[in-house]
Amino acid sequence: MEEKKIIVEIKNVNKVYQGTNAVVKDLNLNVYEGEFLTLLGSSGCGKTTTLRMIAGFEDITSGTILVEGENIEDKEPFERNVNTVFQTYALFPHMTVFDNVAYGLKIKKKPKGEIKTKVMEMLELVQLGGFEKRYPSQLSGGQKQRVAIARALINQPRVLLLDEPLGALDLKLRKQMQLELKRLQRKLKITFIYVTHDQEEALSMSDRIAIMNDGILQQVGTPVEIYEQPATRFVASFIGETNLFDGAVSSVDGDKVSVSIESGVITGKGTDFKVGEMVAVSVRPERIKYSVRPVEGFTVPAAVKEQVYVGSVLKTIVVLPNGNEIRIERLAGEELPAEGMVYLYWKDEDAKIIHSFDNNIFAAIDNIQLA
Amino acid sequence: MNRRIKEKIKYTAGIIYCALVYVFLFLPIVVIVVNSFNATTSKPYLSWKGFTFAWYGKLFENTVLLASFGHTVLLAVVSTLLSTAIGTLAAVGMYKYHFKGKGLIDGLLYIPVVIPEIVLGISLLTVFAKASVPRGMITLVLAHVTFSIPFVIFNIRARLSGYDNSIEEASMDLGANRVYTFFHITLPVLAPGIGGGALLAFTLSIDDVIISYFTNGQVKTFPLKVMESIKSGVAPDVNALSTLILVGTSLLVILTQSGIFSKHKK
Repeated sequence: MEEKKIIVEIKNVNKVYQGTNAVVKDLNLNVYEGEFLTLLGSSGCGKTTTLRMIAGFEDITSGTILVEGENIEDKEPFERNVNTVFQTYALFPHMTVFDNVAYGLKIKKKPKGEIKTKVMEMLELVQLGGFEKRYPSQLSGGQKQRVAIARALINQPRVLLLDEPLGALDLKLRKQMQLELKRLQRKLKITFIYVTHDQEEALSMSDRIAIMNDGILQQVGTPVEIYEQPATRFVASFIGETNLFDGAVSSVDGDKVSVSIESGVITGKGTDFKVGEMVAVSVRPERIKYSVRPVEGFTVPAAVKEQVYVGSVLKTIVVLPNGNEIRIERLAGEELPAEGMVYLYWKDEDAKIIHSFDNNIFAAIDNIQLA
Repeated sequence: MNRRIKEKIKYTAGIIYCALVYVFLFLPIVVIVVNSFNATTSKPYLSWKGFTFAWYGKLFENTVLLASFGHTVLLAVVSTLLSTAIGTLAAVGMYKYHFKGKGLIDGLLYIPVVIPEIVLGISLLTVFAKASVPRGMITLVLAHVTFSIPFVIFNIRARLSGYDNSIEEASMDLGANRVYTFFHITLPVLAPGIGGGALLAFTLSIDDVIISYFTNGQVKTFPLKVMESIKSGVAPDVNALSTLILVGTSLLVILTQSGIFSKHKK
């Protein structure tokens, strides 16, 4: 693979608001030129704060952010070569669509003719040709969002920051705009840093996803890596549906790991695990198989509790002896016996072993002992 | 009685009621306008002695009355400009920043609005006297600015409640510095609130009697002059000036309502 150029470099960045806990904790993240990177997390996880630090609307408490190798700490928002698409659109209500989009060029004192050509080009690009004389109050939500995107793109920023830009749109429009944004990004080859709490949106649009929780970066990777190889318990349960089995490593054979759980033994794949270590095993509902007889290596009996048809798939809930519920998804027509015992198993590569305690927690425990 | 007749009576009663309210509201104004054309020359200038434009001519010879009107306009313009500028900055500042004692400052704003004007007048006079500020146009301006500021702030605050702070961020994000952003984004968006506040301040100033009475020194404003003159009945030249003011303000209202000043609808 060709060497990718880093365009935004976030180094050891912390953000602490006065009188509150840290919102962003020791964040290290590289964003490559031309990629679509999504900051994903639930509200309050620090993703928007991170975006606003790059844009210049929030001060950095400690650490540095480099854009194209240049430290931007002392630069005002209007001196940075990044542009933002706001969640609330933030269109100028007293200006027409044309004047909104032309705003950035007017400040740069470009000649009138050039402004006109570029604005019209931009409006064509976001499929708003003919709307230039309208005021924001005369536009629908989706149209407003397009204006906001055109306005931010006309300055030809090196990086476009998008703060939950589709959050206020209804589902159908959101899906349509997702595709459109992706198309724009591919066409213009501008780096997008996209903030969202919608995991489906993140999975379908991003080249890479950075998942944050409680101000801590959990994992950075392609959608497939994030889904298939979750690095932490949080990532495993946040992205898609999963079943987590807690237990201790009972044997290690290469990358095949056996784990003792309360109701038996299960196996999965993972490296860097020691016998006796506390782990969680994550298995996606669609990867769980079952048999009416025990399967070699697995001794996980379960009782069928409930089956629900959801169109093409059948969702089944089974209960382990310790009372934990496990979700299984099958294609319709392959249903489990309506009642009785089944034995669960899966391919080793479908079960991902995760350290129960990540390093942050060990650090936290150390701190408690010191204090 | 059948329902149709009942409805008819209700409807007619409604019409009569409305007519009475309007007569009550506008009759005094009509009297002033009519009287400004009254040819009478004997006090109290109330009996009709024929039609004349004489009072309008006399008005422009009455330098004292005209001077008082000049004072009033000057006072209203200066105090409106000052209170609008101060009030705008205060409203925007209090909207944007959080600081200790904000609630207290907020509450204190209502005091000048609710306390009786006569109390404000006396206290202003006391302060000016103690501080040995010579009473005159300066003290009038100070007094009018004082009671106008809260009204300006309240008006702009109403506009700010629907204000999205991120439009300023968007402006800076697109390359505009703070000064450019203030004049091209903040000010135009708040303009209706600022304009409304200014209009209110202007109106309050132009017909103020009580507070002006305590703080005017030797300077006579138009309302004070009118108050003085009615001891001997309202002179028709005062009626004439009132009529002219009435025509002027009515024209202003009609122009504003017809939407000539607004660039676009919605």
